[in-house]
Amino acid sequence: MTANHSPLHPMTYSTRGADPATAPAFLAPLDEVGAGLPGSGLSWLTDLRAAGRERFAAVGLPTIRNESWRYTNLRDLAKTSFQPAAPAAAVIDFLPTVRAEGQDGPRLVFVDGRFRADLSSVEGLPPGVELLSIAAALNSHTDLLADHIGRLAAADDRPLVALNSAYLADGPVLHVPAGVQVERPIELVFVSVGSESQATSCHPRTLLIAEAGSKAVVVEHHVGRGAGTTLANHVTEVFVGEGATLHHYKSQRDGGGAIHLSHIAATVATGGCYDNFILTTGAKLSRNEVVSRLDGTDARTHVSGGYLVRGTQHADTTTLIVHAQPNGTSREVYKGVIDDTARAVFQGKITVCPGAQKTDGYQLNRALLLSDGAEIDSKPELEIHADDVKCSHGCTAGELDDDALFYLRARGIDRDTAQGLLIGAFLSESLEEIAEESIRDAFQGIVAGWLEEQK
Amino acid sequence: MIEIKNLHATVDGKEILKGVDLTIRPGEVHAIMGPNGAGKSTMSYVLAGRDGYEVTEGSVTYYGKDLLAMEPEERAAEGVFLAFQYPVEIPGVGNTTFLKTAINAIRKHRGEKELDAMQFLKLIREKTKALGMSDEMLKRAVNVGFSGGEKKRNETLQMAVLEPKFAILDETDSGLDIDALKIVAEGVNALRSPERSMLVITHYQRLLDYIVPDHVHVLAAGRIVKSGGKELALELEKNGYRDFGASEAA
Repeated sequence: MTANHSPLHPMTYSTRGADPATAPAFLAPLDEVGAGLPGSGLSWLTDLRAAGRERFAAVGLPTIRNESWRYTNLRDLAKTSFQPAAPAAAVIDFLPTVRAEGQDGPRLVFVDGRFRADLSSVEGLPPGVELLSIAAALNSHTDLLADHIGRLAAADDRPLVALNSAYLADGPVLHVPAGVQVERPIELVFVSVGSESQATSCHPRTLLIAEAGSKAVVVEHHVGRGAGTTLANHVTEVFVGEGATLHHYKSQRDGGGAIHLSHIAATVATGGCYDNFILTTGAKLSRNEVVSRLDGTDARTHVSGGYLVRGTQHADTTTLIVHAQPNGTSREVYKGVIDDTARAVFQGKITVCPGAQKTDGYQLNRALLLSDGAEIDSKPELEIHADDVKCSHGCTAGELDDDALFYLRARGIDRDTAQGLLIGAFLSESLEEIAEESIRDAFQGIVAGWLEEQK
Repeated sequence: MIEIKNLHATVDGKEILKGVDLTIRPGEVHAIMGPNGAGKSTMSYVLAGRDGYEVTEGSVTYYGKDLLAMEPEERAAEGVFLAFQYPVEIPGVGNTTFLKTAINAIRKHRGEKELDAMQFLKLIREKTKALGMSDEMLKRAVNVGFSGGEKKRNETLQMAVLEPKFAILDETDSGLDIDALKIVAEGVNALRSPERSMLVITHYQRLLDYIVPDHVHVLAAGRIVKSGGKELALELEKNGYRDFGASEAA
C-alpha cells in the first residue's frame, strides 16, 4: 500500500527548548509493545510510526525554554515513569452523554485509548457514514486512513505529535460522505481508568472527515474513572470539505490524576466551516492545542471554549488560526474561571497569510480570578501579512464585581449562590457560541455541576 | 421595631456617621434629608450590610436582634430591603432568574415553600402590571439597558415581591422625571402597611410630596441634627440646609 501522506502543511520545528534526555523513558516500552500494534503489515503505517519514534528520540519533551511552552511545564511528566495502558476490560457503569435520558445514538467508547465495542453503537447513522475505530479501519479502510493520517498533524512539527505517531494504534474515525447530513450528534467517549499502582499512558488518534457539502456534529467526552496517574496524549486530524460544516464540541472533565494533552489540527476547504468548542474542567494538567487552517476561500472557523479550574489545576489553551485564503472569517471567544492556586494559560494566535484579503478575525479571552493565588497567563498574537483585513483581539483578567455581588446578597441570595449566578453569567458569553442548543444546555449543566462542587 | 443607637461608621478610615440615634416603629415612614456628604448613603449601606462600611460604635437592634451581626443576605431574609440609589447592572443574569432566586431564598429562610415556575409567573405578572412594567423588562438581564425610571421601577417591583418589614429607599427620586416618580411613589405607597416600616432617604423635598412621611429628620455631618413632622421637609425646601452648616451645592 502506498499513499500520499506527505504533510499538507510542512512546518519546521525548532529543537531548541526540547529535551532529548526525556525521550528514552517514553520510547522504551515500544520495544515491548511495538510489535503488537495493529496494522504492522502496512508499510506507510510502519514508516509513520518509525518517523515519529525517530523524531521524538531526537527532541524529547518540550520544555519551558520553547516559546510555545513557556507557561506549561512538563517537568513532572518527565519525572514520572509511564507504562502503556493495558487493554482495559474495566466495568464502565456510567457513560457521559449530551442526549436526553432514554435516547440513544451513535457513540464510540475508548477506555485508556482502546476501542470498546461492547459500549459502542453505530446505529442510526445515515447510509454511507462510517464510524469505527482505527484498529478496525486498519483492516477495512486502509486507503482512507493512509490518505489522511499524518497529513495535518506532522510529526516533524511537534514532539508530542511525534510521540503519538510512534504509538499510533487506535482511536475513532468518522467519515461523512459528500452531501450527507448527520443530524444526531455523534459522541466520542474517552474514559481514563489507569492503574493505582502504575502511571499509564495512551496516545489516541482521532480522524474526522467531512466531505464536500456534508454536515456533522461531534461531541467528545473525556472522563476519568480511578485514582491513578494517567497520561492521554491525543492527536486529532480534522478535514472539512468544500461547503461542509463540522461542529466539534469537547468536554474534558478527567479526574484529578489525569494529564490531558491534545493537539487538534483542522483544514477547512472553500466555503466550509469548522466549529470547535472546548470546555475544560478536569485533569490536573491539560493542554489543548487547536490549529485551524482556512485553506479555501470564504471559509469559516470558530474556536471557542471555557476553562474552569481550581485547586492546583493547570489548564493551557493554545490556539492558532491560519487564514491562508481570502474572505475567511474566524471567531474565537474564550472565558476562564480560576480559583484557589490554579493556573490557566491562553495563547491565541491569528495568522493572516499574504493574499488572504478580506479576512475577518475576532478573538477574545476573558479570565475571572476568584482568589489571590489564581493565575492567568494570556498571550494574544496577531500576525498579518495582508493589507485589507479586519482583525481584533481583546484580553482581560478581572475579579467578580463587588457591586453586583452585594446587590444580589442584599436581595437575600447567599454568597455562594450569588457568586454562582455571576460566574454563570460571565461564562454564558462563551457558551452562547455553541450553536447546537441541546449541547449548549448539556455544557451549561457541566458548568452548573462545577459550580455546585465548589460549595 | 428598629432602634439605631449612637451609630458611628467609617469608610476607608474616615468617620462618616458620628452618632446617629433613630427609632422606627412598625408602620412608620421616616424621611432622612440632608445635604450631600451628610452620610445619607452611608447610613443605607451600613443598614444593608455592605462590605467596607465599618461600624466603630453603637448598635442597631432589629425586632430584638442585632442587625449588625448579620450577613447582607440574612438581613434581607429577615425583611430588610434597600432600594438602591444606583441599581446595579448585571449582564448575563436574567431579571426573572434573579427575582425567582431571591424570592425563593427568602421564602426558604422564612420556612415557606418555594414557588414553582407557574406560581412565580403568576405573582410576577400581577406585580409588574401594577407597576406598569412590560414583560420584556423581565426577560432582559438585570437592569441592563434599563432607563433610570425602569431601574427604579425594577427596585419597586423587587420590594413588592419580597415584601420586606423594613424598606430603605435611597434617593429613589434621583434620575426620575415627574411621571416616573409618580409611578414609583404609587408603587411604594401601595406597600405601606401597619407592619411595614420605611426609611426614605432624599436630598429633595419633592419625593415627600408623593411619599408622605410621618417623621422627618435632618442628617448633617454624620448626626441627626433636627427631627420633626412632615412640615419640616417644607421648611427645608424653603430655607435649604444652610442652617445646618452645609453649603447648598447640589
